[in-house]
Amino acid sequence: MTGWMVPWFRWSARKPGARAWSLMGPGLLFLLVFFLGPLAFMLGYSFMPRGIYGGVKPGFTFEAYKTFFQPLYLGVLWRTVVYSVVCTVACLGLGYPVAYVISRAGQWKNMLMFLVILPFWTSFLVRTFAMMFLMRDTGLINTALIGMGLIDEPIAMYPTSFAVMLGLIYGFLPFMILPIYTSLEKLDHSLLEAAEVLGAKPWERFTKVVLPLSMPGVVAGSLLVFIPALGSYLTSDLLGGSKYDMIGNIIARQFGAGNNWPFGSAASFAMMGLVLIAVLAYLRTRDDAAMGNA
Amino acid sequence: MAGRTPRWLLAIAGAVYVFLHAPLLVLVAFSFNSSKYGASWEGFTLEWYGRLLERADIMAALKVSLIVGLGSTAISTLMGTMLALGLARHRFSGRTFVESLLYVPIVTPEIVCGISLLILFAWMKLQLGISTIIIAHVAFNISYVTIVVRARLEGMDKNLEEAAMILGANEFVAFWKVTVPQLWPGIISGALLAFTMSFDDFVITSLVSGPGSSTLPIVVYTMVRKNIEPSINAISTIILVVTSVMIYAADRLERRDAPQGAR
Repeated sequence: MTGWMVPWFRWSARKPGARAWSLMGPGLLFLLVFFLGPLAFMLGYSFMPRGIYGGVKPGFTFEAYKTFFQPLYLGVLWRTVVYSVVCTVACLGLGYPVAYVISRAGQWKNMLMFLVILPFWTSFLVRTFAMMFLMRDTGLINTALIGMGLIDEPIAMYPTSFAVMLGLIYGFLPFMILPIYTSLEKLDHSLLEAAEVLGAKPWERFTKVVLPLSMPGVVAGSLLVFIPALGSYLTSDLLGGSKYDMIGNIIARQFGAGNNWPFGSAASFAMMGLVLIAVLAYLRTRDDAAMGNA
Repeated sequence: MAGRTPRWLLAIAGAVYVFLHAPLLVLVAFSFNSSKYGASWEGFTLEWYGRLLERADIMAALKVSLIVGLGSTAISTLMGTMLALGLARHRFSGRTFVESLLYVPIVTPEIVCGISLLILFAWMKLQLGISTIIIAHVAFNISYVTIVVRARLEGMDKNLEEAAMILGANEFVAFWKVTVPQLWPGIISGALLAFTMSFDDFVITSLVSGPGSSTLPIVVYTMVRKNIEPSINAISTIILVVTSVMIYAADRLERRDAPQGAR
């Protein structure tokens, strides 16, 4: 059945690089055509005049970028950054203790890890809906508060900026826990014993040994939370409403009712610019860390 | 070991686990609640699941989701596995370029991926439908499959292939009889994750789907926007069960008979 592959094995054995490139070819070609290609197209669209019924007209203009750099949209950009920073900091504060506990959990490690991996892969839409279901007027939280006599009327928990931030934290927390756990797992415990023998108190052992050594995980986790938070769309759409728009909502609207494709493309590139800054900052701290260790 | 884990840390971790899982457990529990509104428990029922079966749009969406999931998983698993083999087992120049290209889909926000594809499809005058959804899902899945399979390949013992060749197997036989059997768990877990991501995706799918090609998440979104009713809990529970089973299987495959590189 697989005999047809034999000639390929013979042919590629003689040429350096031929085997690698012919194996990688289809996948790379696909990514070039359907990932990088579209991004390039989008860049082009952001410099073209808008078509009346969506799409673009031929020509060249900075109109889309001019539209974007207005106070209204810069405000949305600012809000997006603030929400993403709050989300990242909160995930770090909540996620680090969890990663630390898992890394010392012994026989429970696998099960505790699975309970983090599960929400990591679970439908974001379903998880956001779960938050709505809890927070709605007739949801469990309001019903419980009324039942306890703490409030008379249900609290409108969404649409609020609090709900959006809570939804973001809920959505991206697993992205923080996994990389921190990985770096804590690699930690050499003899270093802790050495610190203890040398008289370091528990808190000092943490701040001077554990925390610095887990920094790669902290930085990677922060990036993994910050990037999707910047690009998020569903959370603010369902838990926020238009008063708490993030850039993602502005972009999506341009390809629906707004019908302004160049503007949507320009806003996408503003978002990609923020992502790029985050990635570059990450690469930089990673290289610094590597230099420091050397 | 240096000391026990402090109680207050365990308390925080416990609270975070509750925060992560309680909303989903409540969601699932209420899919069996006969009360239509409110948060009181009025008895067990399967009525909401029964209603799903009566709805033609949901059955059609389930079919689209399965076609898209299976199709995109097959293509991305094949391409991703080949990419991983090329990257992990062969020398070539241009490695940095390939590695960077692989990370582009991982750092690109979903919404940007979706609209850039929409622009491409519009320019190509491609009718939006099942095929465009499959293309989009393959585009964001390839990198993940590659990373999972490659991790497995790098943990594998290359000496075994060399041993087989010393014992007289040619390269082809060594590949099929030694490399592939060891690689299977990696390929399967990559495929399971790809299927999960395809089955779950809403943001990208909603941008590149056309009339008549709604997937399950798109129908769920429409229902959530309209008004919150117990049927959404039922359909969400089904999605949760499907993905949990997939993730559990992938997790088991990665742990069980994982290559012992550290030995």
